[in-house]
Amino acid sequence: MKARHKRFVFLLAGMVGLGLASWLVFRALDSNLSYFFSPTDIAQHKAPKDHVFRLGGLVEEGTLQRGQELTVRFVVTDGPHKVNVAYTGILPDLFQEGQGVIAQGRLGADNVFVADEVLAKHDENYMPPEVADALSEAHVEGVTEMATKGADK
Amino acid sequence: MIPEIGQLALILALCMALVQAVFPIAGAHKGVASWVALAKPAALGQLLFMTIGYACLTYGFLEHDFSIRYVATNSNTSLPILYLISGVWGAHEGSLLFWTLTLSLWTGVVTLFSRSVPEVMVARVVGVMGVVSVGFLLFMLLTSNPFVRLMNPPLEGRDLNPLLQDPGLAIHPPLLYMGYVGFSVAFAFAIAAMLGGRLDAAWARWSRPWTNIAWVFLTLGIVIGSWWAYYELGWGGWWFWDPVENASFMPWIIGTALVHSLAVTEKRGAFKAWTVLLAIFAFSLSLLGTFLVRSGVLTSVHAFATDPSRGVFILLFLSVIIGGSLLLYSWRASQIRSSVHFTLFSRETGLLLTNVILMVTACSILLGTLYPLVLDALGVGKISVGPPYFNSVFIPLTAPLAVLAGVGALARWKRDSGLSLARKLALPMLLSVGGGFALTLWALPHFSWGAALGLVLALWVLLTMLLWLKEQGGAAGLAGVFKNISRAGWGMFFGHLGIAVFVVGVALTSIYSTEKDLRIEKGQSYHLGGYDFLFKGAERSAGPNYLMDRGEVVVSREGEHVATLFPEKRDYRSGMPMTEAGIDAGLTRDLFVALGEPLGKDGAWSLRIYHKPFVRWVWLGGLFMAFGGLLAALDKRYFRLARKARLETEANTAGGKA
Repeated sequence: MKARHKRFVFLLAGMVGLGLASWLVFRALDSNLSYFFSPTDIAQHKAPKDHVFRLGGLVEEGTLQRGQELTVRFVVTDGPHKVNVAYTGILPDLFQEGQGVIAQGRLGADNVFVADEVLAKHDENYMPPEVADALSEAHVEGVTEMATKGADK
Repeated sequence: MIPEIGQLALILALCMALVQAVFPIAGAHKGVASWVALAKPAALGQLLFMTIGYACLTYGFLEHDFSIRYVATNSNTSLPILYLISGVWGAHEGSLLFWTLTLSLWTGVVTLFSRSVPEVMVARVVGVMGVVSVGFLLFMLLTSNPFVRLMNPPLEGRDLNPLLQDPGLAIHPPLLYMGYVGFSVAFAFAIAAMLGGRLDAAWARWSRPWTNIAWVFLTLGIVIGSWWAYYELGWGGWWFWDPVENASFMPWIIGTALVHSLAVTEKRGAFKAWTVLLAIFAFSLSLLGTFLVRSGVLTSVHAFATDPSRGVFILLFLSVIIGGSLLLYSWRASQIRSSVHFTLFSRETGLLLTNVILMVTACSILLGTLYPLVLDALGVGKISVGPPYFNSVFIPLTAPLAVLAGVGALARWKRDSGLSLARKLALPMLLSVGGGFALTLWALPHFSWGAALGLVLALWVLLTMLLWLKEQGGAAGLAGVFKNISRAGWGMFFGHLGIAVFVVGVALTSIYSTEKDLRIEKGQSYHLGGYDFLFKGAERSAGPNYLMDRGEVVVSREGEHVATLFPEKRDYRSGMPMTEAGIDAGLTRDLFVALGEPLGKDGAWSLRIYHKPFVRWVWLGGLFMAFGGLLAALDKRYFRLARKARLETEANTAGGKA
């Protein structure tokens, strides 16, 4: 084989490999992305009904219900809006009322969010960046809502 | 007083690092011998002051000096002494101090063990490492000073994060950091070679043992991290594709490519430009890893409460280091010529393919890790990329690597005939395919294509490696094997064997593991994976700095007692709860029990039970690889080089006297 031919073979193999890899990557990305929504987003019907997504906010104080069975119910809030969440399984250690939480799952027909995964964290002071943003946005919106309501009066 | 000494030591270390970063490189450029000679004393001086600074903080921990904010927030008086020592690197400021100490340690060791390398080259290497030191010391002193004092020191400190109160954590970060920072040596050698304009095989030979050692540390760090997450987090998983895990895995992949590419550059003088680029990438990814962990930009189980201004500093530093070295590369790359030819069927081709695959794999992991960040920065939306993405990309990309591990070792350098190679490989191919399917069909609970593929690949690597041994032994047989194979050869053998063991572990544990979350009452039992788990209740008791519920689970198989497990649910004084799993470890299976929460008032608990076949093989494979890397780094030829250089200098000085 001449050097030119050899280079061509290498190049071709490289292109095929790269094409295959990017095909794999994009196919996998497409089916494994999950978007993040806050309770306010859900109230505004921004969240998908038929796709897995992540819900984040604070676990509202006094809403955690442990039954006799493994299913746990609690309410996630970002201030102005709330979402009921049901999760079957064992919660991570640092799950607490009044703390930030991220849950992954689907929104049911009865508007109860059924989580298959509740995210754990390593540090009690840590707030997931998404949750922190959602809370501050909700706060701003809540304030403007109140302000406009006040103006109406 | 002691914290002020520590503070002063860090400032002096910064001064030393500045000297180390400026004079040796400038001296090497201008040919000023006295400036070049500053490299060694400056590096050792920096090491001395870093050690003093580090010792001061450790002293603060041991003496419970809660006037130091870092000590007050990360320890208390009832903390066992092991965790007082490991607590030093348990949080942000201290781990940064540890990072910087490690860097100066590597620099010091390089100055002491590089007799075979020309002085100018060592000066440049030390200079480049000095630049990195300056960056980290500035970062520490400006944004994350570990010696900040509290005006009103509390009587009792908070506590070390309970997750970190574990022997696994005592060794996981140091090993990981030794690896991360160790790649700075390979990086510095590459930059120094470009600065000097001499990119021959020599620099590859000098930086090879260092790169190998750094890679060994990183391998061990990742293995121990994975093992620690498995037993400490209570989820029974050993890899989560968490951004921070990825941050340590990407430099490892590129480091693996670098180790292989360096071999070609040293032995054959090929792939020179590529090797330089890999050295730059490996270290850049190590820095990126530090950035990801320490800036808190990603949602991760590893993310600790952080301060965004730190992220900006690291990002700036990152762009200076990566941008600067890539600029230098683009300027010098045209001068790098590899004038070596090889044919399609040769070991070079095998190694080239390996490199390309590793590179593509690292890129796809990088994409998955940074994609959420990029989309968020563009304001498109907040997303996360789940483990299935990584699994479905990683597995098909890396499966061919196992095939290449066998072919590459048996192919000859430069040229081989495709026909003779095919003839050689026919038998192992037949045996591994036949054996892999037979084992899956008859030895495993049920047939699975994934398990069959895993076993075929593992057998293939094992058989080709045995064939390689036989070839090396030649006519002398077993005696020849021990006589002819160098330590580097054994390194390759064990490293590749590690792949086989790892693949078996991954395939079997991910396919045949069974798990169950259940509600269980005292005296009830549950059947899983052929074992009976009998719950004998949980009792309240106390540890040194926590209260706990301690469960008792008796495991039996067909009526015979196997093990008694004691899973714990701890409440630490700091108010943080922790799950300690009860694990019965075994070579072919692990039994894993974790306590959830008490349910109702009649002593029922939620319990999580796992049966995980062959999970130990995952880490065992990693240990094999690390052992192989160690053997390769300790090859006799490096010692011969060092001795030759020492004899030469001795002869020179003797000649000078005469």
